[in-house]
Amino acid sequence: MNEDHVPPSRVFLAILLRDVTVARRELPFFLIRTTLQPLMFVVVFGFLLPKMGLIPGDYTTLMLPGVIALSLTLSAIQSVALPMVQDFGFTKEIEDRLLAPVPIELVAVEKVVAGMLQGIVASLFVLPIARLIMGPIHGLTFRNGGLLILATVLGGAAFSAIGLWLGTAIAPQQIGLMFSVILAPMIMFGCTYYPWAGLARIPWMKWAVLVNPLVYVSEAMRAALTPDVPHMPAAAIFAALLVVTAIFLFLGLRAFDKRAMS
Amino acid sequence: MSPAIETRSLRKVYQPPKRKGAGGPAAGVVAIDALDLTIGDGEFFGMLGPNGAGKTTTIGILTTRVRPTAGEAVVAGANVVTAPAVVRRRIGVVPQRPNPDRGLTVIENLVFHASYFGIARAEAARRGDQLLERLGIAEKRDAKVDQLSGGQQQRLMIARALTHDPRVVFLDEPTVGLDPQARLGLWEILRELHTQGRTIVMTTHYMEEADQLCDRLAIIDQGKLLALDTPTRLKTQAPGETIVDVIFDADASVIAEAARGLEGVSKAEGRGPLLRVFSRRGGEIIPALIAAGDAHGRAVRDIHLSRPSLETLFISLTGRKLS
Repeated sequence: MNEDHVPPSRVFLAILLRDVTVARRELPFFLIRTTLQPLMFVVVFGFLLPKMGLIPGDYTTLMLPGVIALSLTLSAIQSVALPMVQDFGFTKEIEDRLLAPVPIELVAVEKVVAGMLQGIVASLFVLPIARLIMGPIHGLTFRNGGLLILATVLGGAAFSAIGLWLGTAIAPQQIGLMFSVILAPMIMFGCTYYPWAGLARIPWMKWAVLVNPLVYVSEAMRAALTPDVPHMPAAAIFAALLVVTAIFLFLGLRAFDKRAMS
Repeated sequence: MSPAIETRSLRKVYQPPKRKGAGGPAAGVVAIDALDLTIGDGEFFGMLGPNGAGKTTTIGILTTRVRPTAGEAVVAGANVVTAPAVVRRRIGVVPQRPNPDRGLTVIENLVFHASYFGIARAEAARRGDQLLERLGIAEKRDAKVDQLSGGQQQRLMIARALTHDPRVVFLDEPTVGLDPQARLGLWEILRELHTQGRTIVMTTHYMEEADQLCDRLAIIDQGKLLALDTPTRLKTQAPGETIVDVIFDADASVIAEAARGLEGVSKAEGRGPLLRVFSRRGGEIIPALIAAGDAHGRAVRDIHLSRPSLETLFISLTGRKLS
């Protein structure tokens, strides 16, 4: 018989490789599913309306970081939550990984990492296309590489963790409801299409949107990509994202454990 | 040699689910109660019982997927609660319903599964091909899982459970939904696994299957162990009588009364329209039972006869039929 001990890190990587393999095969569908909506917004608000002269041309500067944030978070949340609902609800496909010789929490953490990677892929896909559709974007810079990586990784992690929680805590029948009741308001009030500083004129709104985790990802992208636009202080943004990640990872792992073990 | 599996006072109570529509069991259901089992190394062990007897829960606990409410279980030398990862390393599980990884091909199902157990790719592919060959689905190697029939998917599940060379193999109702030929094919495979010295634990509600394959059998109902022995010895424990079930068109309790007076009847009971008679004269008792029914104005709807067997033992132990 085989040697008994298998390093958990090795099992983790094997499970991650499985998800990467499957995701690579479904890449076109994945990109269409998760980036079509942000790209449509880019066409309307970043191309059509400015061309018509209905909104100023430099609106694209405000919008681009938000669109990248949206692509990142939508794909991270969906790529964790949707398969999770299916796996636990009908197909039970995840069971073979739950029987891997590691603590089952590691299987959940792997899902979060895989979701984060998918979010990064989606945002890398949207960025050049958005830039192409919008034309030259005033004030766009890639010089803040460190900040950009931090924003992407933390933003992806926070929303994968939210996806883990949604995918395990919500009954399969309510998944459609989740998208209309949670995601739609989150997108519209996530400071994606306007900077948070702009809400200063509606003070109650400015404070109310802070419960929306998407706000921090949008502002993080602004801090990284268009630093000249007024944005939240980076330290506050990343502290908030860390808190969101920690909370939803905790809730998600707990809910995952409940679904995986009876 | 230490036993492959040992449970002490194992108990599982399912609490009512908090979520609505989760399809969980109802309030505080006792699925298994005070279960003591010792399964020897290399044994082919069967758990026999009707649906809802607690078989799947028992397998769930032994395969680390269900937390016991009380008691202890040690599988392949490790405790299922305190060292589940070690247990998982040493067991292979064939689920009740095939759950292959649909994003992957047949061979990938095996190679990736092996990689979760730390087996290198080349070695995993070699083992995978060997297993597909042995299970007779080698020609489906590169097929999508969806292109496999139910029986082929079941065999893929067995291949998957074996890729990491487990010491103990669990099979939960492995032949449900298979056609007779596929079932016999599976029996062959299971016998082969057994001769290789692996411990096999199988649940079933088919008497014949349990009788044919298992070294020892546990008869379980309503979470309790009712009998445990080799199939041969269990059969000798079966009541010597043939069980005759006669279904009338109305209440049969008055006929039961009359039947008890008949020669060769050791026991008779009426439950609604069902008359159950334990007959020492086999089926010869039937005309007298029909006549007794006639005398009370009852017509016969159906008759069923069970000769002394695991089945009659089961009925006498549980008061119920298996399926």
